[in-house]
Amino acid sequence: MSRYTGVTDRELREMLEEIGVGSLDELFAEIPEALRLRRDIDLPPGRSEQEVFEELSALAARNRHCDEEITFLGAGMYDHYVPAVIDTLLQRSEFLTPYTPYQPEVSQGGLQVMFEFQTAISELTGLPVSNASVYDGPSAVAAAGYLAKLETRRSRLVVSRGLHPHSRAALRTHAAGYGMEVVEVPLGAEGATDAAAIEAAVDDDTAAVFLQQPNFLGTVEELGELIEAGKRTGALAVCAADPLPLGILKPPGELGADICVGEGQTLGNRLDFGGPSFGFFAAAERFLRKLPGRIAGETRDVDGRRGFVLTLQTREQHIRREKATHNICTAQALNALAGVVYLSWLGRRGLVELAELMLRRTHYAREALGLEAINPGPVVREFAVHVPDLDALFDRARRAGINPGYRLARDYAEYEDGLLVAITERRTRADIDRLAAVAGSIREAVTA
Amino acid sequence: MSDPLDPRAGEDTLTIFERSREGRRAFVPPRCDVPELPVEELLPQSAVRDRSAELPEITEPELVRHYTTLSSKNFHLDEGFYPLGSCTMKHNPKLHERVAAVPGHARLHPLQDPEYAQGALELMSRLQGALAEIAGLPHVSLQPSAGSHGELAGLLLTRAYHEANGEPRSKVLTPDTAHGTNPATVTMAGYQVVKVGTDPDGGVDLDDLRAKADADVACLMLTNPNTLGLFDRNIEEIERIVHDAGATLYYDGANLNAVMGIARPGDIGFDIVHFNLHKTFTQPHGGGGPGAGPIAVADRIEPFLPVPQVVRRPGRNGTEPFFDLEYDRPLSIGKMRGFQGNFGVFVRTYAYIRSLGGDGLKEASQVAVLNANYLKALLARDGIAEYLPIAFDRTCMHEFVVSGRGAKERLGVRTLDIAKRMLDHRVHPPTVYFPLLVEEALMIEPTETETKERLDHFAGVVRAILEEAGDDPEIAKGAPYTAPVRRLDEAGAAKRPVVRWRARDENPGDPARAQDAPASGTGAM
Repeated sequence: MSRYTGVTDRELREMLEEIGVGSLDELFAEIPEALRLRRDIDLPPGRSEQEVFEELSALAARNRHCDEEITFLGAGMYDHYVPAVIDTLLQRSEFLTPYTPYQPEVSQGGLQVMFEFQTAISELTGLPVSNASVYDGPSAVAAAGYLAKLETRRSRLVVSRGLHPHSRAALRTHAAGYGMEVVEVPLGAEGATDAAAIEAAVDDDTAAVFLQQPNFLGTVEELGELIEAGKRTGALAVCAADPLPLGILKPPGELGADICVGEGQTLGNRLDFGGPSFGFFAAAERFLRKLPGRIAGETRDVDGRRGFVLTLQTREQHIRREKATHNICTAQALNALAGVVYLSWLGRRGLVELAELMLRRTHYAREALGLEAINPGPVVREFAVHVPDLDALFDRARRAGINPGYRLARDYAEYEDGLLVAITERRTRADIDRLAAVAGSIREAVTA
Repeated sequence: MSDPLDPRAGEDTLTIFERSREGRRAFVPPRCDVPELPVEELLPQSAVRDRSAELPEITEPELVRHYTTLSSKNFHLDEGFYPLGSCTMKHNPKLHERVAAVPGHARLHPLQDPEYAQGALELMSRLQGALAEIAGLPHVSLQPSAGSHGELAGLLLTRAYHEANGEPRSKVLTPDTAHGTNPATVTMAGYQVVKVGTDPDGGVDLDDLRAKADADVACLMLTNPNTLGLFDRNIEEIERIVHDAGATLYYDGANLNAVMGIARPGDIGFDIVHFNLHKTFTQPHGGGGPGAGPIAVADRIEPFLPVPQVVRRPGRNGTEPFFDLEYDRPLSIGKMRGFQGNFGVFVRTYAYIRSLGGDGLKEASQVAVLNANYLKALLARDGIAEYLPIAFDRTCMHEFVVSGRGAKERLGVRTLDIAKRMLDHRVHPPTVYFPLLVEEALMIEPTETETKERLDHFAGVVRAILEEAGDDPEIAKGAPYTAPVRRLDEAGAAKRPVVRWRARDENPGDPARAQDAPASGTGAM
C-alpha cells in the first residue's frame, strides 16, 4: 500500500457499498476491455523514503556542482549566492502548496507577492506594466514575438545574434507555429550589435526587433541607438535583459524599448541544471491588455479593505479561449517569489553595489587573462576571448579544479576559438588569478 | 472606517515597498578585492542609469516578517482539503523537497559538460523511460515547462509531421469537454479551432466528429477522461475516425491521474501525450508554478522532438553507458525553452515514481477514482442532490461535475456563493464555472491522498451550506466572513487597473484615491 493513501479494508467495503458497486475494478468498467493494460506496469516496486533518498543522493553525487569547482561557466545561468531567507520562505507550505489564486479571499499572500513582483520588475526595466511570470527567459522572448504578431499583423522578426542562442532557437520554434519568419543580424567586429545592420534589416513588414542587454558575449550594447534604428519602420523593440546588471545599466524602457523580457534565475533562484527559474515580461502601458499570463491588480473588498486579485483575465486562455493573448496557465509563481524576496533582500543600494562589484571584477578578469578579447568594449558579468588552444586550456583548467567557461563554437561558428567567461560575486580575485595563471601557461606554450 | 487594531486592516496590507525606510538594508556586499575603478571609466555615460531602481530598503527581520505574514493569508494544501477539479491537488511528499535541494542537483549548472553531469542525465533518462512506460509510447521529451507548453509542443510536432509528409493542414478539432488551454494553444500553433460537440452521455458527439474530420484536419486534442471526469466509451471509434482522416490524436494528460497502470494512451492509439508533472506526479503547485509538461510520442513523431534529447550511449571504453545530450536532430522542431527543462521538477517526479513503484502508481489511480465516486455518492444523497445534481450521472473517473442549477433556482444562491461559503469552513472550493457546458458548474477532484473522513467532512460542509441557504440565503451571498478579506471588487480592478505600487501622489489609478475623487484618471490605461 502506498504511504500517501490510506483506505483501510473496512473503509473500502463501506465506500464501495455507498457507491453501489462490488469491487474497485467495477469502477473502471467504462474503459473498454480491449484497452485495459493486462499486465502490471513495468516499473520497479516502490521503495521506502530512506532508500529513495539514498538512491537520488547517489545520482546527485555523480554530478560536479558549483561548490566542487571554481566555475566561470555562465551563458544564461549563473552561480550567484542565494540568501538563506529564500530557502526559509520558499519552503513554507503556505507558499509551496497552494495553486493559482482562483479564490482571492484566501490567496491574498500569493496575490500580493505577484503585485510586488510586478512592481520590482517594472522598476528594473523602466516599463510600467509587468505580468506575474512566464516559464523562462527564452520562452519570454517567444511570447514577445507572439505579442508583436497580434499587435502589428506583420510577418518578420529581426533578431540580433547577440541574443542568447536558446532565445533565438525558442523564438524560431514558436514562430514556425504562429507563422513568422525570423531573420538574424550578425554581430559587428567588436562583439556588439551594429546599428546600421539593424537599420538595414528592418522593413515595413518587420513586427519586432530583438536585442539583448548585456548581449550574450557580455557586451554592453549601445541600446538607445539600436532601439532607434530598429523602430525606424514601426517595428516593436524587444529587449532581453539580465536583471542584475540593470542595477547600473539604463533601463530598456527609458531607451524606448516597448517590451523587456528576461531570465530570472539570477534573482535568487537555484541553478537546478536549468530550471525551474522564471521569465519576466514587462511592457509599455498600451500593451497591458495584450500581456501573456497572470497579472495581479490592487482593489478593495466590500468593506473597503485593500486587497489583490488576478485581473484582466479576459486576455487569458480560460476565458478568451482561442482568442487569448497566450496559452500559458501554470507559470513560475514560486520562482517569482524567490525573485522578489531576493530583490528586497538586496534592496535599492545593494543591487547597485552588487552590479558594480560584478562590473569591476569582469573588467579585472578580462585584463588578468591577457587573451585577445572578442569584445574589447564595455562588458559586464561576462566577456569573450580568443584562446590559442582551447582544448589545452580546458584540460589544464579542469586539472586545477576550474571550469573555465563556455565554448562559443557550440553556438557561434564565427567564434571557433572563443571562450565565454562569466563573473559573479562568488568569483573572487583569487579565483580569477588562478584562471589567469592557466591562461598564462597556454599563452606561453603557444609562443614557445 | 478602518479600526487601527483590526488585524485585517491597514498595516498588514502594506506592500514591501511601503515598509521601506531609506538607509536600512538586509544585504551586505562581499568586499571589493579588485581595483575600485569609477563606473564612468568602465561604462559609457549613455549606458548608465540616472537613478537607482526603487527597490525596498528593509532589514532581514522585517523582510522575513513581511513575507511570513503574507504567507499566512494563503489557504494551502498542507492545511486542508483542496478539491480543485482538473488540478490534482494531491499531497506533496516532503522527501521531494529534500532530494531536490541536494547540491548535486540544485547547484548543477545546466551547461556542465555531460561527463560531469552523468547523475542528472541518467535521472532524466530513467524518468523518460518511466513516463514512456506509463504512457505506452516509446519516446519522451522532458523539455516543455507546463501542460499548456506541452500542448504547444505537441501541435508544433503535428505541424512538422504533416509538413514533412508534404501535406500541411489547417484545422485542429477540440471537443467542448477539452481542457481549458487547448483552444488558445491551437491558435498559437497557427491552426484554426474547430469545436466538436458533446453527446448526451458526456462523450464526444461521434456524428459531429465524423462530419468535421476531413482531410484538412491536422489533429484531434482529447482529454480522456474528459473535464466531466468521464472516460469516453467510444474512444476506439474516435481513434478510427481521426486516424482515417490522416490526423494525429493528441492526449491531454491533465487527467492522467485516473488511469495510471490501468489504461495507456499509447495502447489506445494516441500519437502524442503530455504529462502535467505538477498534477499527476505531485510537484508542489507553488501558487501557480513551477510545473513541467513532458511529452511522449509514437515512432512516427519521434524525429521531430525538441533538442536536446537525453540519450544513452554504449560505454566509450567498457561496460558503463554514457548519458549525453543530443543536438544533431535535423528534423527537430528546435527548442521550446532554455536548456533541458525544469530539472528540479524531474527530480521530484522521479522520487515519486521510485517511492510508489508500478503497483503504487496503479493504486494511486484506483484510490483517486474510488474517492471521487464515493464523494459523488455522498453528494447524490437527499438534501444535496436536489440542489447540486450530478451533471452526467455515470461512474466517474478521478473527478466529477455537479451543477448549481438547483441551488440557484430553489435557494437563490449561486455556485459562487456556495464556493465562498466553503472558505468559512476552511475547505478550498472546487473549480467553479468550468467546464462551460455545465450550468453553474462545480468540478470536484478529491485525489487519492484524502482519507474517507475528509470526504465525509466535505459532504457535511456542502450539506450544511445548503441547509443554511434554505434558512437564509443572504449568509452565503455575503460570504466569506472569516478570510483575510471579504469579496473583492474584481470588476473595478479590471476597469481601473493598478498593477504595480506607486507612491499615491504618482498614481491616479489608485483605488483609494479614486474613492476620494472619482474618475479623475484611469491610471494604468
